[in-house]
Amino acid sequence: MTAALAHAPTAQADPHPLLDVSGLAKWYGPHLGCRDVAFTLYPGEVMGVVGESGSGKTTLLGCLSGGLEPSAGRVTYHSERWGAVDIHALPEGRRRLLMRTEWGFVRQNPRDGLRMGVSAGANIGERPMAVGDRHYGRIRAQALDWLKQVEIDQTRLDDRPAQFSGGMQQRLQIARVLVNGPRLVFMDEPTGGLDVSVQARLLDLLRDLVARLGLAAVIVTHDLAVARLLAHRLMVMKDGRVVEEGLTDQVLDDPHHPYTQLLVSSVLQA
Amino acid sequence: MTAPDPGVTFGYLDEQTKRMIRRAILKAVAIPGYQVPFAGREMPLPYGWGTGGIQVTASVIGGDDVLKVIDQGADDTTNAVSIRRFFRRVTGVATTEHTTEATLIQTRHRVPETPLRAGQILIYQVPIPEPLRRMEPRETETRKMHALSDYGVMHVKLYEDIAQHGCISTSYDYPVRVNGRHVMAPSPIPKFDNPKMHDAPFLQLFGAGREKRIYALPPYTSVVSLDFEDHPFTVQAWDRVCDLCGATDSYLDEVVTDDRGGRLFVCSDSDYCTGRRAAGHRGPMAATAAGEALSDAMAAVGREDGEARP
Repeated sequence: MTAALAHAPTAQADPHPLLDVSGLAKWYGPHLGCRDVAFTLYPGEVMGVVGESGSGKTTLLGCLSGGLEPSAGRVTYHSERWGAVDIHALPEGRRRLLMRTEWGFVRQNPRDGLRMGVSAGANIGERPMAVGDRHYGRIRAQALDWLKQVEIDQTRLDDRPAQFSGGMQQRLQIARVLVNGPRLVFMDEPTGGLDVSVQARLLDLLRDLVARLGLAAVIVTHDLAVARLLAHRLMVMKDGRVVEEGLTDQVLDDPHHPYTQLLVSSVLQA
Repeated sequence: MTAPDPGVTFGYLDEQTKRMIRRAILKAVAIPGYQVPFAGREMPLPYGWGTGGIQVTASVIGGDDVLKVIDQGADDTTNAVSIRRFFRRVTGVATTEHTTEATLIQTRHRVPETPLRAGQILIYQVPIPEPLRRMEPRETETRKMHALSDYGVMHVKLYEDIAQHGCISTSYDYPVRVNGRHVMAPSPIPKFDNPKMHDAPFLQLFGAGREKRIYALPPYTSVVSLDFEDHPFTVQAWDRVCDLCGATDSYLDEVVTDDRGGRLFVCSDSDYCTGRRAAGHRGPMAATAAGEALSDAMAAVGREDGEARP
């Protein structure tokens, strides 16, 4: 059993699921993005989505986070502020507000998630400023604190992310997303493009933060090690459909679907 | 007053174009700070020389208006002289250098020092109307941000200024929030002039020719410069007075007077400076050779005569 599972909350702790997804489908014209996706996510729970390239993982994440309009199905989010809301019926202004208060999105390429033209501090301060913090000293102190939490040297506060290594950029992106305490974070291949030792440190950091802050997360990855370390539950996707779903260790240790068996057996043993 | 060129429509633009621009202006006045697109026309001078301001002026000017044109505060610079001459030729209206006499003032980069009164119209030439441009290059996105009042990135820019320079180093085109709603670029006026826009009794119109946008501040509109609680908005200040007229309250330009390091600091608003000197005020350098030469140069431009049509 992994340490991650020990933190898995029980559904009874909070009667409201954070995210309730039913019958979600996305077609790109005649091409299938994903279909028949349904799950519920409770506060503090981490859901992993694995599958090969082109299996619809990123499409699914786009539909969940409101960036893509699904062809069918509903995504209901239980917001602190507005109660249960249908994400795709929400006006864009509210969706944006949600994205910078209760939600976060960590992108695979930190360059897509960071503002490369301004310093690390400004990147971390963007979300607090967007929701109305107008005290420079406070924003800066908060940014400094978060640099420390993601293990970046605090003297780099005024450096631009372009001068950071790939691993530091990814950690900066995580700080920028987590700074004002989101409840739900979407991550698209958070360790993609990093070498293995940097990956390991980043995973360590993420696991620690997720457990400490009680975050709920949906993590899309093709890396089973990432899923095993971070996710409480796992969804395996192939050709746009969910082929297997269950507790992470259950799925990985005792895969039922032939594709999952193939996936698990293709992991290189070092 | 000279007779207008009989071969040109009054105000150069045809009547339909003026109607179209007036409609855009009405909409802009109705939504303070909102950038209204308009079908900008080719004007007989290049973009960047005030084509937006000229089109706005040409649409609102009437036969009994008195026009003043300034460039960086001065009436005698190339841009001001040529635009004033253009309007004298195509409308025949009276022109003036005195802020108090003018009914229309077209400006590039300054608000006159003499307070304007109700009924006067100030028309700004705008190079870049979009205040979010430097942070967000996509026009589709900036429009959405304006629509949703999603202005967090403006403070990211100011934060970055303080982090890199220790203070908000943006000194011109300083972003403002209008009527508690739209964030607006006040055109490249020095931030020294920002407070003059707030709650002003006169109408302010902004024309951007290249980007084909018009926006406006109706009289008595709130205009608040963006800042932080612990780094409040401040305007430029000088530890000296105008060398020619001794003014303590005006925006000063540095003028190099020779090649041995000689320089003067004088009011950038030439009408204000000339008016004060006419009223007997003298600055510390007014009696020196350089000061007198500069005064003479400012006074010697016989603009009414020299600009008459060839």
